[in-house]
Amino acid sequence: MIEIKHLYKSFEDKDVLIDINAVFEDGKTNLIIGQSGSGKTVLMKNIVGLFVPTSGQILYDGRDFIGMTKREQVLIRREMGMIFQSAALFDSMSVLENVMFPLEMFSDDCQTDRIRRAKFCLERVNLKGAENKLPGEISGGMQKRVAIARAIALNPKYLFCDEPNSGLDPKTSLVIDELIHDITQEYKMTTIINTHDMNSVMGIGENILYIYKGQKEWQGSKDQIMTSTNERLNSFIFASDLFRKVKEANQ
Amino acid sequence: MLLQQFFAAFGRYLQLMGKVFSIPERWRMFFRQYIKEMAQLGVDSIGIVLLISFFIGAVICIQIKLNIQSAWMPAFVTGYTTREIMLLEFSSSIMCLILSGKVGSNIASEIGTMRVTQQIDALEIMGVNSASFLILPKVLGLITMIPFLVVFSIAFGLIGAYATTYMGVITVEDLTSGLLYDFNQWYVWMSIIKSLCFAFIISSVSSFYGYTVEGGSFDVGKASTNAVVRSSMLILFADIFLTQLLS
Ligand SMILES: Nc1ncnc2c1ncn2[C@@H]1O[C@H](COP(=O)(O)OP(=O)(O)O)[C@@H](O)[C@H]1O
Ligand SMILES: [Mg+2]
Repeated sequence: MIEIKHLYKSFEDKDVLIDINAVFEDGKTNLIIGQSGSGKTVLMKNIVGLFVPTSGQILYDGRDFIGMTKREQVLIRREMGMIFQSAALFDSMSVLENVMFPLEMFSDDCQTDRIRRAKFCLERVNLKGAENKLPGEISGGMQKRVAIARAIALNPKYLFCDEPNSGLDPKTSLVIDELIHDITQEYKMTTIINTHDMNSVMGIGENILYIYKGQKEWQGSKDQIMTSTNERLNSFIFASDLFRKVKEANQ
Repeated sequence: MLLQQFFAAFGRYLQLMGKVFSIPERWRMFFRQYIKEMAQLGVDSIGIVLLISFFIGAVICIQIKLNIQSAWMPAFVTGYTTREIMLLEFSSSIMCLILSGKVGSNIASEIGTMRVTQQIDALEIMGVNSASFLILPKVLGLITMIPFLVVFSIAFGLIGAYATTYMGVITVEDLTSGLLYDFNQWYVWMSIIKSLCFAFIISSVSSFYGYTVEGGSFDVGKASTNAVVRSSMLILFADIFLTQLLS
């Protein structure tokens, strides 16, 4: 479980995040949604420690992340997996080497066990047979799947995904969403996903945090979205004709 | 204002170096990177070093013979001068200036691209000290390889000088006696010591510019230019300082 309390973040003169409070539970796909530029990436980078918040608290299962020493933070980071918007695979390494990397860095298993684990993770994301390809040689959807495999290699307790669907077609997006959702339930991870893709929201949104201009505007589940009366939320979610019609049909 | 910028950058450089020089988390991973960097930065530079040294050695020999050597000069002047130029300046300073172009831009653009494609963030999230993991093997790898490059450069410069005897520029006897005249072994060591400092400058300064890139591919290009220009300038300053100190 990850808790965020009174989180503020400003850059020089610009307040990007203002008093964010939220709880993200285990075994659930927690979504952070909002328009482009609303502060989703900045919020996630604060949670994982790539940015230092201006003020506020972040608790990882009760452990205060901000107050920790660098050493303790590094230890918590080994319980994290992250999938970046651009997949961020190491482009000089093959697919298998990418997934092996965290294992080689931090696992004390022998080489055969590490290879077995890496291959298992690649199979888990349905990527058999691509082990020896370079990231540049595979499609965007496959790159994202390799990134997922790399992120889960060390069995993380916390999984972070920054716009996992950006640049993917709707069908591939669906596959990635389902994969993240299934893995989250299977391993009881605390998963946080940044997205502005309404298909994801309606598909896997178990706990949704809506950010509007750096402030928390609304929190709830995908079912509650259907009946919500929050105007800003509705104008964001039901911006497209299709979703508006779905909502009207529902009522 | 300019001075202030310089000190700000220098402060950030020192901070980065503080992160770089830490004990590697996994020695096996470190050695793998270290060997890769020795090959990429050192072995892959041998070709250009040999080529340039050979031709410069030959050209210096021809120039000295044509312009300096005369009836009033002793016969050893050409060989002697060629050797001193190669040993004292070309094979350390000028060669490192050339390498700063090849190696410096390579390092800065590689690390810079990793920065803008979030590969460095990915390392940090895993709990890896990305600065040390990426930069330390490059710095140590280049420092390990540079003495070999210097020795190769000296050797091929002299081979280039001998090649001119085929063109009838100078006789083998005159050249040999000149090359052996008043030889001071310390100059070889001086060359190597200077090159070690230059190797540190090239690798650490270029890594700094790559590591601190913000933005996109345009900024990576700028960083790589900065890396070459700044490390060349620092090599020139360091050269004056070291030459004073070591001679
Ligand atoms: N490193 C930074 N320095 C200054 N401003 C930043 C930085 N990163 C993001 N911002 C600003 O924060 C705001 C939110 O950005 P971001 O979190 O990337 O939005 P998104 O919701 O699309 O992910 C933007 O207005 C952006 O300009
Ligand atoms: Mg974003």
